[in-house]
Amino acid sequence: MIAEIGHFALILAFLLALIQGTVPMIGAARDDPAMMAVAKPAALLQLGLTAAAFLALVHAFTVSDFSVALVASHSHTLKPLIYKITGVWANHEGSMVLWVLILALFGAMIAAFGANLPAALRARVLAVHGLVAAGFFAFILFTSNPFLRLFPAPVEGEGLNPLLQDPGLAFHPPFLYLGYVGFSISFSFAVAALIEGRVDPAWARWVRPWTLLAWCALTIGIALGSWWAYYELGWGGWWFWDPVENASFMPWLAGTALLHSAIVVEKRDALKGWTVLLAILTFGLSLLGTFLVRSGVLTSVHAFATDPDRGVFILGLLILVTGGALVLYAIRAPGLKGGGLFAPVSREGALVLNNLLLTTAASVVLLGTLYPLILDALGGGKVSVGPPFFEATFVPIVVPLLIACVIGSTLAWKRGDLSGVFGRLGIAVFAAAAVTAAAAWRAGIEDFLAAFGLGLAAWLFFGALAEFAAKIGVGRVPPGSVLRRAGNLPRSAWGMTVAHAGLGIVVAGVTASSAWQTERIQSMNPGDAVDVAGYTVTFRGVSETRGPNYRAVTGRFDLERGGRLLAVLRPEKRDYPAERSQTTEAAIHTTWLADIYAVLGERAANGAWAARLYHNPLVPWIWLGAVVMAAGGAVSLTDRRLRVGAPRRARRGRAVEAGAPP
Amino acid sequence: MRPKRRRLAFVVCGMLTLGVAAALVLAAFEDSIVYFYSPTEVAENKPPPDRRFRIGGIVVKDSVIRGADATSVRFRVTDTANTIDVAYTGVLPDLFREGQGVVAEGRLDADGRFRADEVLAKHDETYMPKEVADALKESGRWRGAPEGGR
Repeated sequence: MIAEIGHFALILAFLLALIQGTVPMIGAARDDPAMMAVAKPAALLQLGLTAAAFLALVHAFTVSDFSVALVASHSHTLKPLIYKITGVWANHEGSMVLWVLILALFGAMIAAFGANLPAALRARVLAVHGLVAAGFFAFILFTSNPFLRLFPAPVEGEGLNPLLQDPGLAFHPPFLYLGYVGFSISFSFAVAALIEGRVDPAWARWVRPWTLLAWCALTIGIALGSWWAYYELGWGGWWFWDPVENASFMPWLAGTALLHSAIVVEKRDALKGWTVLLAILTFGLSLLGTFLVRSGVLTSVHAFATDPDRGVFILGLLILVTGGALVLYAIRAPGLKGGGLFAPVSREGALVLNNLLLTTAASVVLLGTLYPLILDALGGGKVSVGPPFFEATFVPIVVPLLIACVIGSTLAWKRGDLSGVFGRLGIAVFAAAAVTAAAAWRAGIEDFLAAFGLGLAAWLFFGALAEFAAKIGVGRVPPGSVLRRAGNLPRSAWGMTVAHAGLGIVVAGVTASSAWQTERIQSMNPGDAVDVAGYTVTFRGVSETRGPNYRAVTGRFDLERGGRLLAVLRPEKRDYPAERSQTTEAAIHTTWLADIYAVLGERAANGAWAARLYHNPLVPWIWLGAVVMAAGGAVSLTDRRLRVGAPRRARRGRAVEAGAPP
Repeated sequence: MRPKRRRLAFVVCGMLTLGVAAALVLAAFEDSIVYFYSPTEVAENKPPPDRRFRIGGIVVKDSVIRGADATSVRFRVTDTANTIDVAYTGVLPDLFREGQGVVAEGRLDADGRFRADEVLAKHDETYMPKEVADALKESGRWRGAPEGGR
């Protein structure tokens, strides 16, 4: 019964989304306040209905209602409650319900907090948003209904893939979707602005917080996914340039570009057409990511439940949404008048370079990801494009970006001065050179590229700090006024410093863990010891253990350094009888400067066990840095000027009244 | 004139970046693309030993032989028309199973055995790698798609 209520709520939400997508749009065109006013209650009610459907599904999972086909195939009574709940979105149908729930949440937030958007703009934004939502509701109802019943109901469910019974993966999809779907807001704003034919600094101030929110969530989502892959898959790596990973990385790159170009629109009223285009493309890449993940057209190390019909539907949605927006763009963009002029060496110029490099990087990733598909379609054979391709193309594009990032953020608007920059950044230049030299000296000159990478990380980190110090006048004014200046600095300036410093931390982690990873694959008998990057790892044997819904063989490895026991590593091989599958649980000891990572492998005929041991230097910094970056975004989000709904379109005088709530 | 020249500078900059990116992409395609062959394709035209490629198919039942130490393993992969011997040193993925789909990456050695340095099995036990499914279809032994991901 409750499942039927959920299904019915979804159908109502679909119809409501159609109304929300049309009536306010017509109203805005006819300047009819009554029709435009439909948007707000429609968006709020849509959230209510979608939440009802989602809760109905959560209910079916928590009470293990196996008469619902989805629950029967993805849950089990013995599963811990937390994984019963997260199991809701650990499958295709449920994750799409989560997707539309987040979409509806964002729509309701625009409706609730957008009181001072001009009425017509708000009506159009919500209408575009409603149309996108209608597409996804249709997708769920016609190809992926989560509420299908099963008769007769099985006594027991088939269980959830044990790899997914994990906290890292439980919260990875919600964050990822907050990111993907958050970009749909930028998209709706972009399309609404194109329909209106007007993009101005106020528009950018409305769009920026949403983009920033989406970007923060996507950053966390990608980091969680990579962390999960690192500790759960037992391969010792954290990024494989896999199509599914790239699918989330491309919108991140484009979204990062959008975040920066929106600043130029806001501050200087320039790059308008480009920013609108980026907003469309970023959401397009989010949809493309969904298509790649859900259709299974590409072989991924992370396989998902796939179905060709669904792929075709999402592809259709992708073409309709992105294609429609691009056509509208082609018609309207020439009418967007460019604003302030600027010299090539200026903050704007640096942000243009940032955008150029970020979008180039995104296109290279896109090309590498789609190439197997294109070649196969042309009958050129089946290929896979792996890490070597991306390392050879992505890295050379990103290095200049990272170098320019620090310099650009110290340049003045309109016309910058490079000679002054080096005065401000002297300390960062020194730090980068010192770190490069120290790393090259320790690791040997043949690792110069890795040493250079570490130097780059230092350049980013100390460059961000030096720029901040210069801004608040460290060394130029008395300490008291430094503090006062720091307090008066807008939060977005704080946010930028934190985010760029976080990027430096990520670069350090990426460089060191890729260049200096030590791997030992060893056949070990109890008592055998092996040396891993200066640590001694001694195998002490295995024991059998039992979890709530699995049996496990647990290995015991003593980790010593200089004769002192640091930790006991207990990697597991788990066997989940309900799901008839095994998982490997790596044991990780982290010093924050490095991880020692142990995986228990197969048992040989003679009783020895295979063990895989890794020393991954600086690898925790990758996730630490990602969290710092997202925190920078969050700090920026608290900026008074960016507060959702705070900005007003003041230039035209009438705007404040026009923005009054209906 | 000034704004026009400025715009020209930006356009040239953009073209240069894209040009460099295109050159990088082409250079990388030359030596980092890995082809996928079915066992039949490998039997028909043996790739040279210095060529990295991927094979895929079904792991033959009872073909898995573990070496004396726990890290070396041999098995055979088939598309039902042809079969290829695979040697691998390392730890097999959890979902590696006899009678199920597998993709391996590596090179042929002098004896015509495939030396894999990477073995991929899928997170999902009923999932068939797409290349494997296509290869099986081509050899005419395909028995319908396994139901996706259940």
